[in-house]
Formats: sequence, C-alpha cells, structure tokens
Amino acid sequence: MSPHVNLIETESLEKRYGGTVTALADLTVTIEPGIVGLVGANGAGKSTLIKLSLGLLEPTGGKIRVLGLDPLTDGNAIRARVGYMPEHDCLPPDVSAAEFVTHMGRVSGLPAAAARERASETLRHVGLYEERYRQIGGYSTGMKQRVKLAQALVHDPELLLLDEPTNGLDPEGRRAMLALVHRIGSEFGISVVVCSHLLGEIERICTSLVAIENGRLLRSASLSSMTQHSDILMIEVDDGEDALSERLSGDGLAVRRKDRVLMVTLNGDNTFDMIRDAVADLDLSLHRLEQHRHQVADLFREEASHV
Amino acid sequence: MSEAGVIHDIGYQRYEGPRLGRRYSMWSIYVHSVRSAFGIGRTAKAKLLPVAMFTLACLASLIIVVVSSQFPEPILSYVGLVSTFSYGITAFAAITAPELASRDLRNSLLPLYFSRPPHRTDYALAKFGALISSVFIMYAGPLLIMFIGMAFSSGSIGDVFGELGDLMPGLASGLIHSVVVAAIALPLASLTGRRVFATGLIIAVFLLSAPISGALQSFSRGDAAYLAGLLNPVNLLNGVDEWLFGTVNEITLIGRFGPIYGVAALLLAVLGTALLMWRYKKVKS
Repeated sequence: MSPHVNLIETESLEKRYGGTVTALADLTVTIEPGIVGLVGANGAGKSTLIKLSLGLLEPTGGKIRVLGLDPLTDGNAIRARVGYMPEHDCLPPDVSAAEFVTHMGRVSGLPAAAARERASETLRHVGLYEERYRQIGGYSTGMKQRVKLAQALVHDPELLLLDEPTNGLDPEGRRAMLALVHRIGSEFGISVVVCSHLLGEIERICTSLVAIENGRLLRSASLSSMTQHSDILMIEVDDGEDALSERLSGDGLAVRRKDRVLMVTLNGDNTFDMIRDAVADLDLSLHRLEQHRHQVADLFREEASHV
Repeated sequence: MSEAGVIHDIGYQRYEGPRLGRRYSMWSIYVHSVRSAFGIGRTAKAKLLPVAMFTLACLASLIIVVVSSQFPEPILSYVGLVSTFSYGITAFAAITAPELASRDLRNSLLPLYFSRPPHRTDYALAKFGALISSVFIMYAGPLLIMFIGMAFSSGSIGDVFGELGDLMPGLASGLIHSVVVAAIALPLASLTGRRVFATGLIIAVFLLSAPISGALQSFSRGDAAYLAGLLNPVNLLNGVDEWLFGTVNEITLIGRFGPIYGVAALLLAVLGTALLMWRYKKVKS
C-alpha cells in the first residue's frame, strides 16, 4: 500500500436522484489515509459518497477519484482493492458464515484454497470461531455485523468502506465493533472510511473526520489538529460555581462556564492540584471532575450552528 | 469481550498471493450457483427438493430402460425422453430459478457482488449459465442412465457405438431445452425477491399456456394446428426436436413449419438473455 495516495478525492461532486432529490451538492474533499470518520445526519449523503466511490452509482456532476483511480473507468481495479460493508442486512440466512465469506473471497478473485484459508482467518479476527460453521440465520445482530465486516475484509483490501457498522448494536456491541475497526486501521494497516451519524462514537477511533451536511462539506480535518489545544476538564460543584470560577481564574487558569459546568483548560498535572485546593479552600462539594471527551463534537456543533 | 487478547496474538497477515480477474469471479458465482441449485453447501432442507426430483427423473429413465428391454424396439428414443421429461423439468426450473435470482434480491446480496470485480452483466450471465447447467443436469442424468442401460443390454460393441450415436442428439436436444427454459425462467425470477411469487409466475407461464396451445392444436385444422405449438414453451421445444431430430412421438404437430419453431426458440433465448441483462443493469444495489 502506498501511503501517499489519497483515499478519496472529490471535486465539486454532485449526485441527484431523478433530477429532484439532491444527495450530494458541490462536494469537494480530500480524504487522506488513516481511519477516517465520515459523519453527518441520516440523509446527509454519506452512503451516496460511498456508492459513488465504488462506482455503484454514477455522479451527475464533478469528479471523484478513489486510490488515485476513477471509479467510472477503473472501477474493476478499485473494486478489487476496496472492501465494502453496506449499512443494511446483506447476508443469506441459510448458509454458514465460513461458506459465505469463502464465496465472497472467491468473487473478489482469491483462488479457492486461499479464499477458504483467509475466510476462516478473517472470521477469527472479527471474533467468530466455532460458530462460523453455523447457519447465519441463527446469528445475533452483533455476529451478523461481524460477518458483514469479515466479507469486506476477506480479500485483504487497501481500503475499507464501512457504512454505519454499529447499526442496531447494543452499547457493548458498539464498543466491540469500534475497537475492531480501530484495530483494523491501526494494526492491520488498512485504511478505513467509517460512516456514522454518531460523532461522539467514532471520534474516539478516528485519525481524521469529515463532516457533511445536506450533501455539502461541513468540515474536514485531522483529529490531532482539532484536539491539539482542547484538553479540557469539566468541573461540577454544588453551588458556588461563581466563587470557584473566580478563584481558578485568579490562579491563572482559563475558565469557561456552560450552565452549571465549569470548563478549565488542562495545563499540566498541577491543574488538578489547583482545582483540588480551590474546591477544598472554598469548602465546596465536588460532584464531577472529568476530562472532556466531546471536544471535537463541540467543534463540529459550533461550526454547524454558524452555517 | 475476551477474544480481543486472542485476536491480538494471532496477528493479521496481509495477502500476497494472486488475485484473479473478472472471469474467475464470474466462474466463482457460476460454481456457487450450480452448487446451491442442488442444495450443496446448504441445509438438508434445501437439498431435499432438487435431489428428489433428480432421483425421480433417473428412476423414471431406469424404468423406461427395463421396459424397453422387453421389446424389440425401445419404447422411447433419447430425444423422445427429453421431450417427455420437459414438463417435469420446467417445474424444476420454476423452483431453481428463484433460488438463484430471487434469493440474492431478497437478501440484498447484490451490493456485495457489485462492489467486487464482476460487472452487473457478468453476474447475470453467470447466473444464467448456472441455471442452464442445472437444468441440463436434470436431462443429462436420465439420458446417461438410459444410455448405460441400453449399452449393457445390447449384444455387441458396435451396438454400443450405435447407442452413443443416438445419445448425441438427445444431449443436444437437452441442451436446447435447457437454454430456452432458463431464458424464460430466470428473467421472470429476477423480477421479484419473493421466491413463492417467482415460482408461481414461472409455472403460470409454462403451464397455463399449455392447455391453450394443446386445445388449438387439437381443434384447429391445417396451418393453425401446426402453429399452435408456438404458444407454449414446452410444445415449442418439442416442435424444435421434431424439426431437428425428426422424433416419431409427434407430441407437437409442426407440419412444414419446422424452421419457424427453430427461429422462435432462438428468439426466445435471445430475448430472455437481453431482458435479464437489462433487468440487472437497472436493478438497485
């Protein structure tokens, strides 16, 4: 895999359905290798962008390149190097996962023996062991999602396109699936574009985020550039926020207030000590002191509110 | 979950081996489809119907061989066997075509195929080939049993070659039947994801036209009677047998219109294939 080829590049990309419904309008974005979160509300155009990338749909305007190739002319080459996990159910109930993933590996061009070997290996990687010989119809939603992921991974793609991989999963299932996606991106060395309408969920595993809204680019940035100066502590106390805010500001900390919560920019370990001392000196009861995890989400939300 | 540690230990291996092209992908879809037509790699329930039908056809053939051995002349030629079995085998096609086409539609499998190297038309052709082959197997099994039976009961090695010579038109006829039956059944099956509807649709086309065609053939005079066979796919195919191989069974009266039957069969096959391609170009994925 050549790390310098952009995963997906679009230029004024437009897709209209039947002349009336506009799924994508003038989308210009460059998605670089890594684990990329593609976020937006339902109907923002995420799935459409994925389908255009695979050449499953044709754009009505603009340009798109995937791994440096044009899906319309080099669709075969792209489809051989990309793995796709659709959003909706796409599994036959009356075959075993082993049989199904092997077949999909062969359709991707793997010789029969290699397909069989990679299928069981891939199913193991996604966490399906002996149950892979059972009929898919009897699987739980979580197991089905794993099979969907395995069929996208069986031919060792350079790029994985995952459309809402946590759909229909319970919180524990979501966590496990996201951990899996993160491992694929970081340990397996496969670039991942993962769609989600839940920003808070995927921001933890991504190296960069692309937000689209109503078929337009809202924001695209690497996560490090967004979170560089965003380590924030949230403090909640029983009354006395004003006094605490004053005290901490007096100590030289940057304090912001949001309703009853104080947000303090983390400035090394002694920030914790200063907060502890301030709370103790003012004799307040501390309810919550935690590192703020949703800074990126806030950035996006602020951005969105300006649009 | 606890498997995280285990997964970590195994380590991910990149695949460095060969990646075969579109043709191989098509071949894979074809092989998988023929297998699933007979329930191989699926549940015992899925095997039941196709295997039972195949066994039944072979048994029927065996009985014909045994009965024939009691007479100086065989009661049914190889081509006659194909013509006779055709109605039963259209029932097989009515069950198998939805198995190949409707199942994938129903389970939304098409996005998985179309996001891989094969094109939409490759997929359609692979499925078409698979249905032709599956139907052909249903003809070829009984034909081979008949051949083996005849060859064993014949006196000399020369007779065996004679039988082989007779078998060839039978196989050719079986192939023509398979192609035309598949060209009708598969486009119909590709219209719906509901297997029951697809089967009903196919049976309707094959069976409902039969009495119309048969009645016209019996009650008309002259040319109209000879052309009535065109109205039903099976009668049409038997007419083609009549024209090409000159069977003596006279299931379909064709008179001097043999070539018209040939052209009609060819048109049906071409039209069916074209419709199938068109359907899969349009189908949502």
